[in-house]
Amino acid sequence: MDLGELVSCVGSLSCLVTQVSAGLTIGLLLFLVASGLTLIFGVLGLVNFAHGTLYMLGAYFALSAYAATGSFLVSTLAGTLGVATFGLLIERTLFRRIYGADVLMQLLVCYALILIMDDVVKIIWGGDFLKMDMPDTFRRPPFIIGGGIVPLFYLVLFGVTLAVALLLALCMGRTRFGRTVRAAAVNSTMVASLGVNTNMVFAAVFAIGAALAGLAGALSAPIRSVVPGAGVSILIESFIVTVIGGMGSIGGALVAALLIGLTRSFGSIGFPLFTEGLMFLMMAVVLLLKPSGLAGKHPA
Amino acid sequence: MMLKTHPGGPSRRGILMASAGLGAVAVTGFPMIASGQGRRPIRIGMPTILSGRVAQLGISSRDAVLMEVDKFNAEGGLDGRPIEMIIRDSRGVPAEAARLAREMISDGVDILFDGEPSSGGFAVHEVVRETGTLTLHINTETSAMSADPRQRFWNAFRVARQGIHDSVAGGVYAAEIVKARNLRRWMTISPDYAYGRDTTAEFVEYLRYFTPDVQVVGETWPKLFQPDYTENVTRLAQGRPQAVYSCLWAGDLVAFVEQAALYGLFSQSQYFAVNMADYTTLKQIKQLPRGVHSGNRYLSSYPPQPANAAFARDYNRRFNNYPTNWAWQAATAVHLTTAALKKVGGTDPRQLAAALKGLTIDSPFGADGKVTMRAEDQTLVGYAIGWGTTIPTEPYVEGIQTANWSQIFQLEQEWKKGKGWA
Repeated sequence: MDLGELVSCVGSLSCLVTQVSAGLTIGLLLFLVASGLTLIFGVLGLVNFAHGTLYMLGAYFALSAYAATGSFLVSTLAGTLGVATFGLLIERTLFRRIYGADVLMQLLVCYALILIMDDVVKIIWGGDFLKMDMPDTFRRPPFIIGGGIVPLFYLVLFGVTLAVALLLALCMGRTRFGRTVRAAAVNSTMVASLGVNTNMVFAAVFAIGAALAGLAGALSAPIRSVVPGAGVSILIESFIVTVIGGMGSIGGALVAALLIGLTRSFGSIGFPLFTEGLMFLMMAVVLLLKPSGLAGKHPA
Repeated sequence: MMLKTHPGGPSRRGILMASAGLGAVAVTGFPMIASGQGRRPIRIGMPTILSGRVAQLGISSRDAVLMEVDKFNAEGGLDGRPIEMIIRDSRGVPAEAARLAREMISDGVDILFDGEPSSGGFAVHEVVRETGTLTLHINTETSAMSADPRQRFWNAFRVARQGIHDSVAGGVYAAEIVKARNLRRWMTISPDYAYGRDTTAEFVEYLRYFTPDVQVVGETWPKLFQPDYTENVTRLAQGRPQAVYSCLWAGDLVAFVEQAALYGLFSQSQYFAVNMADYTTLKQIKQLPRGVHSGNRYLSSYPPQPANAAFARDYNRRFNNYPTNWAWQAATAVHLTTAALKKVGGTDPRQLAAALKGLTIDSPFGADGKVTMRAEDQTLVGYAIGWGTTIPTEPYVEGIQTANWSQIFQLEQEWKKGKGWA
């Protein structure tokens, strides 16, 4: 524990800029994954334990697309749309059969998918870790703002993830599709009786959730190792976010993800040996004080 | 907005229980079925990591073992008895490595090559302590494995470099740079497990031994296989050290270097990354920073011997890839084992262990063309150790300064005495 260092950091503009920008960026990336997870859970009642696999596939699709085209835009789109398509495929063939089923059945199906896709990835891309390149533009020296360090690529990540978060909020809160989704989450039978094809709505929701995970994987690929099984650790963090935020709450997931990002960022200064533990501590405190999560409305 | 769950869907309690179940399954894994029953070959089992972030550890170990075993078999084996390798993937889970080792032993392997890093190596070590199987640890670099007398028993040998040797060599090298450039403020970033903790402490100990006024002003300990290093990178940025030491390795080191480069850290501080100079890392970093100080893990150009270059060429031709540090260690394990087998003329573990103790063989990877299995602590010595600085293109490291083994032996002995191990 180094509280003196933490106090000194909070009192220093350069430290605040560096840590806050890094914490928000990592938090927003985490939000992309967690929002898909919570969206799918909230609407479909499915605890998608294979959500991390979608993140991993996004990274691999992006890596291959970048190697083929050298375009960051194309690789990001390939990761996002490729995983959305894959999500649609598994939703229609697999997951629609287990909506509302016992959680152990869902776990079994998801775990099978994790194992199968890890092996498929090994067959196609190999078992070793890979690294995706990035455009030279993103490798320019970092910006110095108020003495703090902000890399250009992190600004790009921040901008893209924030835009997607806002777009998701608009889509779910202000559009006819969003209203239909929320209505279907409350009572899908009633929505179907009004002439809405709820199967299509469910498929679309799953595809959007998958696309968000794929986008997170694609955006992370240039700065993280791309490897079979990469989804496991991100899945654990995403579950922490959904539990803290309130399961099914996208707004709660956003707040929780940013909190996790900032906690990790400042925790590395003040609690360098307990950064990981801080996340779980935060989850425990939230569960004790508000068992349904920060934005949860339903008792556990 | 709040989205409601399907009526009758899973509860939060159920989800948490299922998450715990998923974790438990991930840790223990599903049972694997052993195969490879042969006629009368010499059977060597090898648990190692063949998938995941450090798959190259196991893949390159396996490839090097197979290449050298094939040579031995092509020359007639041991009086017509070939070596048969049984190699299984532990996925980097220590419990799985221990389970695989038990399975192989119960299937009747004659010898075990433990291809795990320190995290799983100690788990396998405890298994073979109990079973008395002749075992060569080929990737465990944590010094305590052989230096601590409590960890030592007759049937376990280490055929790998070890932290204390690298740390003494690194300390000597770094001290020269410290004196020349006045680098007093240091920070460290190393993986948070036995190897990372021990090796970092040993490096700092020898850095201070030669330059006592060095200060370590901060340290950060990412988890092994951590996906993101931003928090560690910003911690280093805040500390503004003049020099940084790291024993991160493989995919973890690559991810760290990429993120640290975006923050411009390599232009702010001198970096001493003991595990950088290995093709696994060098080939994956998209823009290798110039001037990072690194120990040699494996380089075809060092030691500068024709046999070493030939090993790299043969390996590259066969596997379309470059050898690694783990590859030379695995090849050396085969060289030592086959030498002992020929000396004994059979597979009796006690006799083989006695033959291995103190055995010196010609080696492409030796500092002077030879390596020795030191008798007193059953660990490999005499392998080539050097430190130099990175350049972005082949041969990737230049200006390599060769470590002095006499100095390593002397300081290693003092270190053991300090620990009460000698």
